[in-house]
Amino acid sequence: MTEGEDMQKILEVKGLKKIFYKNKVPFVAVNQVSFDMVAGECLGLVGESGCGKSTIAKIITHLTPPDAGSVLLDGTETLYKKGKKERELYTKIQMVFQSPQDSFDPRCSLGDGIMESMRNRGFRKAQATERMYELLDMVELEREFALRYPHEVSGGQCQRAAIARALAPEPRLIICDEATSALDVTVQAQMVKLLQRLQKERRLSLLFICHDLALVQALCDRVLVMYKGSIIEQGIPDEVILHPQKEYTKMLVDSAF
Amino acid sequence: MREKKIVKDYTKQKMLVFGVLVGMVILIALFAPYLTSYDPYEQDLGNALLPPGKEHLLGTDRYGRDMLSRVMVGAQSTIFSALLLVVVITVMGSMIGIICGYHGGKLDVFLMRLSDIFLAFPGMVFAIAVASVMSGGIFNAVVALACISWPKYARITRSQVMAIKNMPYIEAAKLSGSGTLKIIRKHILPNIAGAIVVTAVLDIGTMIMEIAGLSFLGLGATPPTAEWGSMMSNGRSMLQTSPWVILAPGTAIFLTVMIFNLAGDTMRDILDPRQRKG
Ligand SMILES: Nc1ncnc2c1ncn2[C@@H]1O[C@H](COP(=O)(O)OP(=O)(O)O)[C@@H](O)[C@H]1O
Ligand SMILES: [Mg+2]
Repeated sequence: MTEGEDMQKILEVKGLKKIFYKNKVPFVAVNQVSFDMVAGECLGLVGESGCGKSTIAKIITHLTPPDAGSVLLDGTETLYKKGKKERELYTKIQMVFQSPQDSFDPRCSLGDGIMESMRNRGFRKAQATERMYELLDMVELEREFALRYPHEVSGGQCQRAAIARALAPEPRLIICDEATSALDVTVQAQMVKLLQRLQKERRLSLLFICHDLALVQALCDRVLVMYKGSIIEQGIPDEVILHPQKEYTKMLVDSAF
Repeated sequence: MREKKIVKDYTKQKMLVFGVLVGMVILIALFAPYLTSYDPYEQDLGNALLPPGKEHLLGTDRYGRDMLSRVMVGAQSTIFSALLLVVVITVMGSMIGIICGYHGGKLDVFLMRLSDIFLAFPGMVFAIAVASVMSGGIFNAVVALACISWPKYARITRSQVMAIKNMPYIEAAKLSGSGTLKIIRKHILPNIAGAIVVTAVLDIGTMIMEIAGLSFLGLGATPPTAEWGSMMSNGRSMLQTSPWVILAPGTAIFLTVMIFNLAGDTMRDILDPRQRKG
């Protein structure tokens, strides 16, 4: 990559902190997390379950308010935005969830789910349907799946629909929160391929949250290693895997390979 | 495997039978004034307290009014006020429950403490107190019962909303740019409606009895009005001499409540997620 336009920072996370209270006992889920993402980058975020990865994703997408810190998108603060401004944020950031079937309303068809963001932005029905079909093509899902309900498709097919839904507002950044973890290995590989292709074609930035280092190595330009709420190590995946600096990272590498 | 199939078919047939019965009861209540052969309010003291016979199938009361006509017209006041009551508490209770469950915070704490207060009182005692303060009348009986019955719906709806409001599909809807109202209308209500409707249908029988109960105590329908509870109350001194005066409305209450409860039960079996499985 060259300096300049390509290195433009799309996301800057600074000093993020989140405390949960479990029976009034404070528990620091995210502790002073800071990182940047440049446009078009694929950034991996790894760590054992419960270390705070999803919490970070939810703070960035305004699903959980943080206790401290800031999130800048294209240089402007996004936190504390409400109403219309918040909805504008969702045209730039989208998320793909861990369990595909749970991320679609059991009473709405997949097509409806994909079209929801377009309808909310004022697309007419025919327009939205047209575009929904294009999105299905893009994620290599047959058009007939638009009429199916989440329990009528496989996990992989459902996750493709979820990716189509995330692509609908043409976001610049997609957060995949363990988007492949619930799928079996072959489907996982297909999903990684699809994400890679979409990322190239659409110059997407991808925050790929995962607990599998091998997948991160295959997909990501850079990786952050998280442990108990803090980022303890970061770098290029190959290097982190070959020369882990921290004990915890070594353990993670050993268990993955 | 085979057994399961038989049970399932049976449920559908039961729903059909009870559905038809409920429909019949409602139709009779609706068209009662056109179906009766006597004016339920016309007194004929010469024919007072006639036992059931050819002329008067269920006999007459102490003013010589035809019991069958009175029971049929009485169905109107009893059943329709129970239905009105159920609709009112369902709408009111679930609206409060949705606000509490979705919004949370201080408002939730306040409304739930309020509902605790209502739930802590023995319901009927409270309804009697409210109804007597409001000086009787069937509409006031409905209001009194509504006051004490909404908390149950608020609780059920609240817990249902809390169970699904953190589901990924609600978060996905938010990420699709849907506002709170749209999320509630499109994603929350349809997913909790089944549980609320089943509760409501199962409550119709209970409410019929409570309205009849208040009327029996003289706190509901006022005298000339044909209403099952007050009819039983009027007949209670004649239980030994002319039992039909009290048995006719009593049986009507019994049968109607049973029909509504069985229909509700069957509906729950059908809508129960464990059986739905798709
Ligand atoms: N809403 C919540 N209330 C209380 N604790 C929570 C909540 N959400 C997450 N946590 C806790 O915060 C920690 C981090 O959770 P999470 O971010 O989901 O981890 P990860 O995605 O890395 O598996 C966990 O210990 C979890 O129990
Ligand atoms: Mg997680």
